[in-house]
Amino acid sequence: MTAAPILSVKNVTRRFGGLTANSDVSIDVPQGEILGLIGPNGAGKSTLFNIIAGAFPPSEGRIVLNGADITGLDAPARCAAGIARTFQVVKSFESMSVIENVMVGSFVRTASAAEARRKAAEVLEFVELDGRANALAGELTPPEKRRLEMARALATEPKLLLLDEVMTGLTPTEARKGVALIRRVRETGVTILMVEHVMEIVMPLVDRAVVLHLGKVLSEGTPRQVVADEAVINAYLGDRHRA
Amino acid sequence: MPCREHRLLRLRVKGLAQDNGLKTMTFQALAQIVVSGLLMGLIYALIAAGLSLIFGLMDVVNFAHGEFLMMAMYAMFGLVLALAVDPVLLMPIVAGLMFALGAIVYLGVVRHAMRAKVNAGMVQVFATFGLAIVLRGLAQLFFTPDFRSIPNTWLGGKTLNLGGIFLPWPQLFGGAVSIAAFVGLYLLISRTDFGRALAATREDAGAVALVGIDRNKVFTIGWGLGAGLVGLAGSVMAIFFYIHPDVGGPFALTAYVTVALGGFGSIFGALAAGVIIGLIEAITATILPTEMKSLGIYAAYLAVVFVRPRGLFGNI
Amino acid sequence: MSTQSIGIAAGLAQANDRFHAARRRQLMTLVVVVLVISVLPLLVKDVYLQNIMVLTLMYTALSQSWNILGGYCGQISLGHAIYFGIGAYTSTLLFTKFGVSPWFGMAAGGGIAALVALVLGYPFFRLKGHYFTIATIVVAEAALVLFLSWPYAGGALGIQLPAAADNWANLQFGRNKLPFIYTALALATITWLVTWKIEDSRWGYWWRAVKDNPEAAESLGVVIFNSKMAAAALSAFFVAVGGSFYAQFVAYIDPDSVLNFHFSLLFALPAVLGGIGTLWGPALGAIILIPLTEFTRSYAGGSGQGIDLIIYGALIMLIALWKPEGLIGFFVRQPKPLPASADEGAHS
Ligand SMILES: Nc1ncnc2c1ncn2[C@@H]1O[C@H](COP(=O)(O)OP(=O)(O)O)[C@@H](O)[C@H]1O
Ligand SMILES: [Mg+2]
Repeated sequence: MTAAPILSVKNVTRRFGGLTANSDVSIDVPQGEILGLIGPNGAGKSTLFNIIAGAFPPSEGRIVLNGADITGLDAPARCAAGIARTFQVVKSFESMSVIENVMVGSFVRTASAAEARRKAAEVLEFVELDGRANALAGELTPPEKRRLEMARALATEPKLLLLDEVMTGLTPTEARKGVALIRRVRETGVTILMVEHVMEIVMPLVDRAVVLHLGKVLSEGTPRQVVADEAVINAYLGDRHRA
Repeated sequence: MPCREHRLLRLRVKGLAQDNGLKTMTFQALAQIVVSGLLMGLIYALIAAGLSLIFGLMDVVNFAHGEFLMMAMYAMFGLVLALAVDPVLLMPIVAGLMFALGAIVYLGVVRHAMRAKVNAGMVQVFATFGLAIVLRGLAQLFFTPDFRSIPNTWLGGKTLNLGGIFLPWPQLFGGAVSIAAFVGLYLLISRTDFGRALAATREDAGAVALVGIDRNKVFTIGWGLGAGLVGLAGSVMAIFFYIHPDVGGPFALTAYVTVALGGFGSIFGALAAGVIIGLIEAITATILPTEMKSLGIYAAYLAVVFVRPRGLFGNI
Repeated sequence: MSTQSIGIAAGLAQANDRFHAARRRQLMTLVVVVLVISVLPLLVKDVYLQNIMVLTLMYTALSQSWNILGGYCGQISLGHAIYFGIGAYTSTLLFTKFGVSPWFGMAAGGGIAALVALVLGYPFFRLKGHYFTIATIVVAEAALVLFLSWPYAGGALGIQLPAAADNWANLQFGRNKLPFIYTALALATITWLVTWKIEDSRWGYWWRAVKDNPEAAESLGVVIFNSKMAAAALSAFFVAVGGSFYAQFVAYIDPDSVLNFHFSLLFALPAVLGGIGTLWGPALGAIILIPLTEFTRSYAGGSGQGIDLIIYGALIMLIALWKPEGLIGFFVRQPKPLPASADEGAHS
C-alpha cells in the first residue's frame, strides 16, 4: 500500500472499568479501500467504531484522519470532518419521515432546507429507498431501517464510512442487494470500514480484513490470508466452542 | 408552610439564635436545628420513598404523589371523625386504604398510559397529573377547601424536653415510622420473592416475562406499596399539619427534589437525600426569612446535579 | 422547484411538490383561521366571552412558544413561568419606574428572558429527562421566592400598572377588550409563523433529531448543546413577550400571578393535549382547554365544590390516555402499522 492512509488508528486502548475492550489497536485504512473488521462477539469492534466516530474518547492512543490528529474532536466535528457511521442497533429518528431523517445528514453540508431536501432525495434514490420517502421511519421494516441509516450517513458526504453489522438480520436476497450497494458506494470514492459478523458476506466484498480478538488485533491481510491464519481459526473455533 | 408546632419550634430556635447572636449560638440551639431538621428530613424521606420505588420499578414519575399524601391525610381525618380512635391506631388502616388506591390507580390509569406508542413519557406525566387534579377536586367536593386539623390526639401538641432541646412528639413518632418503613423496605427488597421480582423487573423487562414473573402483578403491588408508604407519611402528618385539598403540592415538589437529589430509582438515596433536605431546610430557615427557607433546598439540588447529573446515588 | 428536481426520479419530485403544497395549505389555513377569529369579536360582544378569547389566544401563543423547546426539541421544561414572569416584570417595571413604552418593555423582556435561558441552559442541558424537568421547576420556584422578597419589584404586594392614556402606544385600553384580542391574535399568529418557518429549516430538523435520538443526531453532525440552547432562547423570548402582554392585560402583577408553577403547566398542557411538537397542536389544545377551564370555573367552580377541577382533570386524563398523540390525531394521518411482509415496502 503506497497510498497515504485516510484513517490511522494509532495504539488505541479503551477500558470500561476493569474491562479492556480495545488494547493497543493500530490500523491503517488506505484511501478508497473496503476494509473488513471481523472478530467474534465482544471482540471490541463496535467500541473501536465508537472511538473512530468520536462517540467517546479512547483511554490511550490517537485517531488520525488525512494526516490530522482528530482525537480531540467530538462526534459532530468528526462528521463534519468526513466520518460517517451506522449503528449496530439502528437508531432512526422514528417520528420523522424517511426523507427528513436523511435531510438531518444533509444539513452538515448546507444550511438550506431546499438544498438538503434535494440532496436527501438523491441519496434515497441511490440506496433505492425513494419509494418510502414520505413514510415515517418508525413504519419501516428492519432491512429498510438499515438502508435508511446508510442513506443518512451518505447524505453527510463522508470520506470515510463506518458500517457496523449492516447485514445482520437480512435475508440472502437482501444481503446481496446490500453488498451491491456497498460496492456502489465505494465507486463514488468513499473509503469503507465495515464490521461484519457473517464471513460469507465480508470476505468476497472486502479488499483487506483485520481480525480483532479480545480487544487486540489478531491478524491482518487479504481475506485469503486471514482465513488461512492459524490464530484466526483457533479464535473462531474457540468462540464456537464457548457458545 | 402552615405547620403549627414546627413553626413554633422555628421561632424558638430563631429566638435563641438571635439572643446569642449567630456566632455564639449555643450548642443547644444548634442541636435543636439539627434534630428538628433531621426529624422533618425523615418524614420527607418517607414521602419520597414511594415515588422513588415506583420510578425505580417502571420509570414512571407519579405526578399525583402529593395528592396521594393529601388523600391519606383526609382518610385519617375522616376515620378519626367516624371512629373516634386515635390516629396512631388508625395508621395501618390508612396505609391499607392507600395501598388499595395505589393498586387501583395503576390498574385503572397507569397501565393504560404505559401502552401509549407515541409520547409515552408525556402521556404518563399528564395522565397522573390529570388524576392529581381530579383528586383535588374530589377533596374539595367532599371536605370543602377549608383547613382542617385533628384535635385532641395522643401526640399532637406535646413535646419532649431533652435537656433543653424540644422535640415534638408527632415528628419524633414520624421519624420512627420512617426508619421502620425503610427497614421494612430493605427487608422486603432483599429477603422476599417479591423483592427479587422487583429487582428483576427493574433490570430487564423482557427477561422477566421469560422467568415467568407476572409484570402486571409486580407493578400493581409496586404502586400499592408506593401509595402505602406515602399513606404512612400522610397518617403522621395529619397529626401535626393542617389538612386541605392543596396540601400535597409543596410536599410533592420537595419529594421530587428529594428523589432526584438521591438519584432516581435509588430508594436509599431518597432516605439520605430526605435527611439532607430536612437539615438544609432547617438551617436555611434560621438564616433567611421563613418564606425563603426552600431556597436552600433548591440551591442544594442545583449544586448537586451540576456536579453529579444523576443525583447522589443514581445509576440510571 | 422544477430546476431542483433535475436528476431526481419523478416519484420523488412529486413527493417534493406534495410537501410544498402541504406547506402552502398550512399557510392558507392560517389565513382563514385568522380571518374568522378577527370577525368573531365583532359579533360576540359579551365581555366575559371576549375575555376568554384573549386568554385562549394568549395561551395559544405561549404554548406555541413552549412547544419550540418542549415539543420540537423534546426538552420538557415545567419552569417556563420564569420567562413569563421576566416578561411581565420587565415591561411593568420599565413603565412604572422609567415611563418606558410597554412595546419596548416587551422586546426588552424577551431579550432578557432569552439571555436567562442561555445562562440557565449552560448547566441545565447537561441534565437528562426528569433531572432536567425538575431543575426547571426548581429554578422557577426559586425565582418566585426571590421576587416575593424583592422590594423594588413590589415584593409580595406586586405592582399595579399606573393608568395612562388609553391608546396603542401605552397598550392600555380601559375596559375595551377588542385591542387586546387583536394583539393576542397577532402574538399567536407570529409564534405560529415562526414555528412554521422553522419546521422546514435546519434548526427545525436538528431539534427533532435531538428529540428522537441524540446519539444518532451527533453522529450526523448535530451539536446537541447548541441546538437545545437555540430552542431555549427562542422559546423563552416569546414566552416573555406573552408575559408582558399579560401584565398589560390584567394591569396588576404579583409574583404569584405570573411566576406560579401553574403557569408553567398551562404553557405545556395545550401543546400536549393538542399535539406536542406539531404546528396546530398548541392552538387546538388551547381552544379546548382554556374555554373549558373558564366555563367550568364560573359555572361549577363558584361554589368551591371542586367539580370544575374534576371535569378539568378528567379531561386531561382522558385525552392523554385516549389520544396520546394529541387531538391533532383526529385531523392528520396516523402512523401506519408495520407492513406485514418485508417485501411490501422493498419496491423501488
Ligand atoms: N459502554 C460500555 N460500557 C461498558 N462496557 C462496554 C461498553 N461498550 C462495550 N463494552 C464491552 O466491551 C466489550 C466489547 O464490546 P463491543 O465493542 O460491543 O464488541 P463487538 O462489537 O466486537 O461485539 C464487551 O465486553 C462489551 O461488554
Ligand atoms: Mg458490535
